[in-house]
Amino acid sequence: MAQASATKVGELAPALDLPDTNGMIHSLPGPGDAPATVVVWTCNHCPYALAWHERIVQVASDYENRGVRFLAVNSNDADRYPHDSLDAMRERVEAEDWPFPYLHDERQEAARAWAAQVTPHLYVLDPELQIRYEGAPDPDHMDPGQDAVWLREALDAVLAGSVPARPATDPVGCSIKWKQ
Amino acid sequence: MREPRVELLWWEGCPSTDAALAMVREEMSAVGLDPEGVDVREVSTDEDAEREEFVGSPTIRVDGRDVQPLPDEPIGLACRVYRTGDGRVAPLPDPAEVRQTLITAMEGGGH
Repeated sequence: MAQASATKVGELAPALDLPDTNGMIHSLPGPGDAPATVVVWTCNHCPYALAWHERIVQVASDYENRGVRFLAVNSNDADRYPHDSLDAMRERVEAEDWPFPYLHDERQEAARAWAAQVTPHLYVLDPELQIRYEGAPDPDHMDPGQDAVWLREALDAVLAGSVPARPATDPVGCSIKWKQ
Repeated sequence: MREPRVELLWWEGCPSTDAALAMVREEMSAVGLDPEGVDVREVSTDEDAEREEFVGSPTIRVDGRDVQPLPDEPIGLACRVYRTGDGRVAPLPDPAEVRQTLITAMEGGGH
């Protein structure tokens, strides 16, 4: 199915209301005020998402004490891609001890509303939930030394109350697997 | 030395095709094969995937032998996960793995 709307840097992020792998609902706007929020579309089977995953996890750990909220979303069609089923998501979270919730967008409405294109596709939001960065974690999925530098730059800017100098990059990864 | 048949099967949902083709051609050149000899085929439907026994993009075969066989992977339109020599996840195989598969086929090995 085609995407219904497109988000843009500077606009208010679309609402999010999705269950994690334990069935707990996570929402945007959420409870409390986060100084920054990271929403990342990801999945279980994409080599780009897998290659970048540890770097994103490390950022979540490094920024945890600054109150940054992280949400990961999987919107892929699990009927055609069983690696992305809710059971497979749950198994992965338990095996890898994820530091943030892994949300299941079974109806793909969130992906359409956010215009997520690939996995991984990152969004950094400011305290008012305006999108301040959209794109890839860093320039090279094969170089762990890049250390998610674009994500870190965006977070540092938002936490400082400013606007990232690099507000958007091209997201690189596997296309979202839409239901047919 | 015999000249093996080299195939690159790709699906548009993955961004790694250009890099895969460049790498295959470079490795073919390195072992003395014509880099333009690679048979590049798009896999665009589930029926294509079934017919080609396609487990993800890009798939690189030399004389029908996959450079990194995945016998348990489901057939379908997906991006392929490779493991590099140092254990990392990657969208492409190691060039050295491609080159060794080429050399083995040229020497009459493989199937």
